[in-house]
Amino acid sequence: MGFDIRLPIGMMFTVFGLLVTGYGAATRGDEMYEVHSLGININLYWGVIMIAFGAVMLLLARRGAAALRSAIVHSDDHDAAKQATGDRKAH
Amino acid sequence: MRPHPHWIDYSVIAVYFSFVLGIGVVLKKYMKTSTDFFLSGRSIPAWITGLAFLSANLGAQEVIGMGASGAKYGIATSHFYWVGAIPAMVFVGLFMMPFYYGSRARSVPEYLKLRFDEKTRGLNAISFAVMTVFSSGVSMYAMGKLLQLLLGWNFNAAIIVSALVVLAYTFLGGLTSAIYNEVLQFFLIVIGFIPLVYLGLKDVGGWEGLKARIGNDAMVHSWKYLGSPSANPMGVEWFSMLMGLGFVLSFGYWCTDFLVVQRAMAADSMTSARRTPLIAAFPKMLFPFLVILPGMIAGVVSAATMSSDAHKIAPAKDGYAVVAQRGTGGADEISLEGGKGIIPAKVDENGRPMMKEGQIVLDYDLATPMMLVRYFPSGLLGLGLCALMASFMSGMAGNTTAFNSVWTYDIYQSYLNKGASDEHYLWMGRAATVFGLAVSVAAAYIARQFNNIMDVLQLVFAFVNAPLFATFLLGMFWKRATGNGAFCGLLSGTAAAAVHHGLTLPVGSTPGVKGGFLGTIVHRYPSEMAQNFWTAIFAWTTCFVVTIVISMMTKPRPEAELKGLVYSLTDRPEDHGLSWYQKPSVLAVVVLTVLLVLNWAFW
Repeated sequence: MGFDIRLPIGMMFTVFGLLVTGYGAATRGDEMYEVHSLGININLYWGVIMIAFGAVMLLLARRGAAALRSAIVHSDDHDAAKQATGDRKAH
Repeated sequence: MRPHPHWIDYSVIAVYFSFVLGIGVVLKKYMKTSTDFFLSGRSIPAWITGLAFLSANLGAQEVIGMGASGAKYGIATSHFYWVGAIPAMVFVGLFMMPFYYGSRARSVPEYLKLRFDEKTRGLNAISFAVMTVFSSGVSMYAMGKLLQLLLGWNFNAAIIVSALVVLAYTFLGGLTSAIYNEVLQFFLIVIGFIPLVYLGLKDVGGWEGLKARIGNDAMVHSWKYLGSPSANPMGVEWFSMLMGLGFVLSFGYWCTDFLVVQRAMAADSMTSARRTPLIAAFPKMLFPFLVILPGMIAGVVSAATMSSDAHKIAPAKDGYAVVAQRGTGGADEISLEGGKGIIPAKVDENGRPMMKEGQIVLDYDLATPMMLVRYFPSGLLGLGLCALMASFMSGMAGNTTAFNSVWTYDIYQSYLNKGASDEHYLWMGRAATVFGLAVSVAAAYIARQFNNIMDVLQLVFAFVNAPLFATFLLGMFWKRATGNGAFCGLLSGTAAAAVHHGLTLPVGSTPGVKGGFLGTIVHRYPSEMAQNFWTAIFAWTTCFVVTIVISMMTKPRPEAELKGLVYSLTDRPEDHGLSWYQKPSVLAVVVLTVLLVLNWAFW
């Protein structure tokens, strides 16, 4: 019911990723990485991973929505809609 | 060591809050009937209810408490997962969900009403409702205290803001909103804690390095030292571990607590409902690595020192450094003097470390938060703080949604106002959300003022909960069990728990809330944990026996009325049309196999 939860998850982690990656890029060589994260610019690396995770979630949400639309076009095929989105109130 | 939040951390936190609230706002338009609000219209796919099932339980007790146990007891803390959760999750999915979901009961107390009678439901509903608002309050208190200590935030502001946020999204979007946010929080906690474990393990030289640094074999094995209570830091032996934790407490929680069962009840089909706990079991099995390891690492690493921070460590007075020293930022300096690794000592009002039997008392609850401060630079720190706050808020929201359903269906609709319109119950659900959270806030302040009252309350809740699983087990699998039997069983089980606790005491404790309050002490347990496990075993056994005896003496309900409620009178759920890997039974076998491998690997 409602909307696809993967949408907000994808959006949030993409925004997180962009923020943290940007910050990591701007603070390269900063003392805090030596002090805290063993000299690794963890912001940069983990930020990129979060962007990737967010993108995958957004992609899955989009594919879910597309599958749902095509299922509505072939409207007798409710089972496909259910399978595709796991949402029984989809139609 | 002083926390170092920066504008970037606050931006990350702001983004998180806006998404949490946004979900509630968008979902509001879907909340048309009380079924939408309380049961999400029974329309949520299994992977979402599965993650929510896990996440609703993923409150502060888990992230903070399991880190604390990890620091204290080592890898044996994993028993709380591999013994104390997974078998019960498999059981509830395979064997109990058909009755919960199939009976169309809207709550766990309502199942008791259908299966037994009104008074059994009333007992369960009222104790559950009181329990949830108080646990939510304790959770709030812990969060307020932590944010105050860690970030220098105002205690009142932290409580009010978190309560308002939880209120906003559960008020608007009901159970769906709570479930969606729980899924969001699940990913946040996983993604927030993986880099922490990575950096921590890298610093100590991996698992082997951690073992070497801990230097205590009993802390890096889960079963090897359970032969006798004196050999392991928990002070527990294998029998009470298996029976007390693995059977009574674990099944009592995962199989009967409406907080988690509610998530499965929102699933879109019987198969999804049964798969919910099984899907949850996979991440649950791996959570020890995310939440226990940081605690263990915290005990053996040294603090991060910024060259610019060095001068802020105050000179020692009477052998101890002054613990609270105001830094330049909002937060106080947290001294590690007298602590272990980066786990600070507990301090009294004068900022001196507290002592017990000549040893400094460590504040283990700070193990995981201190790890965040130690290993995360600004940027990731914001993410880590979000993960921490998410764990508190998902616990609160879970309690709130469970409370408003039980209040509205099992108390209000059953006893106070029968036969009102659906709109009225929807309205009541929202009102209960506001009311429940208001009571929780009050409870948080009571907890702050009178710590002992909360200890007593939690003890009482433990007595009430301990016998529950015996009632459900007999109710679902023995058609002869009667309402009078169940009711007497529950009461006598609770009484047995209280009596057992009152007559025993853990070594090194004084009579009072820790036990022994009945005057004479019959037995001394090697640890508090052992005492708790045995209290549960006594309560369960008493309830089991009394229910059977009273049931035999009272008239059973006709079998026709028990269809769909008792195992022998219910058709087996069928899994036609599912791929083999989607079948609950196959999932269960896979879960149990992985479980055996994990236990063997950390034997």
